[in-house]
Amino acid sequence: MTLHVNDISKSYSNNPVLDQVQLTIEPGEFIALLGPSGSGKTTLLRIIAGLQFADSGSLWFDQIDMTAMQARERQFGMVFQNYALFEHMSVADNVAFGLKMRSGKTRPSKKEIAKRVTNLLEMAEISHLADRFPSQLSGGQRQRVALTRALAIEPRLLLLDEPFSALDTKVRKGLRKSLRDLQRNVGIAAILVTHDQEEALEMADRIAVMNDGRIEQFDTATNLLRNPATPFVADFLEGLSNYMTEGAGI
Amino acid sequence: MTRQQTAPASQRPHPAIARLKRQRRNKQRGLIAIALLFAFFVMGLPVLAIFARAFQEGLGIYWANIIHPETLHAIGLTVLTALIVLPINLVFGICAAWAITRYTFPGRRALITIIELPFSISPIVAGLCYLLIYGATGLVGEWLDTYDIQLMFNLIGIILVSLFVTCPFVARELIPLMEIKGRDEEEAALTLGANGWQTFRYITLPNIKWALLYGTILANARVMGEFGAVSVVSGNIRGETMTLPLQVQLLYDDYNATGAFAAATVLTLIALLTLIARSVIESAHPHHH
Repeated sequence: MTLHVNDISKSYSNNPVLDQVQLTIEPGEFIALLGPSGSGKTTLLRIIAGLQFADSGSLWFDQIDMTAMQARERQFGMVFQNYALFEHMSVADNVAFGLKMRSGKTRPSKKEIAKRVTNLLEMAEISHLADRFPSQLSGGQRQRVALTRALAIEPRLLLLDEPFSALDTKVRKGLRKSLRDLQRNVGIAAILVTHDQEEALEMADRIAVMNDGRIEQFDTATNLLRNPATPFVADFLEGLSNYMTEGAGI
Repeated sequence: MTRQQTAPASQRPHPAIARLKRQRRNKQRGLIAIALLFAFFVMGLPVLAIFARAFQEGLGIYWANIIHPETLHAIGLTVLTALIVLPINLVFGICAAWAITRYTFPGRRALITIIELPFSISPIVAGLCYLLIYGATGLVGEWLDTYDIQLMFNLIGIILVSLFVTCPFVARELIPLMEIKGRDEEEAALTLGANGWQTFRYITLPNIKWALLYGTILANARVMGEFGAVSVVSGNIRGETMTLPLQVQLLYDDYNATGAFAAATVLTLIALLTLIARSVIESAHPHHH
């Protein structure tokens, strides 16, 4: 269950967005793609999700070439930046959606789906929200629902596109830990896209610092801070060296 | 909108304020009176006149005019045209709105503009254009004529021009809505394992269904009421290619005013039903307009 990103390149009408990106993500690992906006991190995540396709390079997951595989066949759970909840469905129906869409043989029975939805909502501690509609939820609750919906398809990889950017700072910090705990419990690898250095340092096992469509350095937080590989990395993480030791926010 | 300003009880209202309020009130009343009078004389009275004239000679005569075979045929032809045109419009509208809001392609802007063309072009001009191209001596018409296929002066012609005049309605309702909604929910559905059809059926369609219905109702009113374009291509064959508006004109030209107005009441009722359906949708889903 290892993901290999091999030399992925992508450009929009001659503007290179990704330039031969290489990345390997081990089972159960929590990775952050960190960089300023326009660095290509979201494009890379969308290519891994199968919502966009690379111009060159390949993607391997669990020793299978999935470069040209459709998003719906990848079974990667994704949490979108604004959560993209289905506004016309209740929370329970949102969570059940992925299971209901399965074809013939693989689709669980109605009873089985209902049972699994109940369990998932319980695990995410949002059972009391089951009958609510997305418009009746707070930002933090919406994030929870989006995450639960993504986990319902028994994903092989979890993709998180700036999942905290729609929340205010106070809520954000509390939710970091609970999201990380949930990911550990489920035991699947996750990729977090963020432009927030502190968020990446706090949550990720390893961080890929991106700039201008390239990965400048891919390492643990400690190594990034101690031995920045390029001036950009040093610059981008400047002032955070104390953060790790003192645990103080910015 | 009058806003009552509450002053402390001890304070008297300033005399200038009282004058200002009086002026405001007069201005309001004046505008309301103009609007009501205009609406009554320009729209209300003529519509009432249709019914008054149609029933002038009694209910029996009115009914006899309605069930006259030619008028019945016209009603049938009008309904048939709507039944064929609307589904085609619906499918085209969804396809066009989808293409415009979900893809970027050369000619996208041109497509947006051309969809709106029927709104700005006179229907009679549209009818003539169709005659020019699809008529027996026209570019396409002549070629089809060698295969004994005739497009003009029959139901096909009526349907073709009706498609032209109603083409913008559905797409126009959908495009702004789908633009605002974006593709996030659709992409989420894809990552959850839904295929293209499931995504459309369970995510896109529920989001656009009211706009779709709204556009269809407007298009329906237009199909059933269209005169100019249809009159050019229908050939005006009595009891064969006369739609309801054409039939009204025909009866009136025949000095059968009661018959003309009786037929006109049917069209008016359709218009009123459209209006009611429209406001029901708007009150249930006010965010569309």
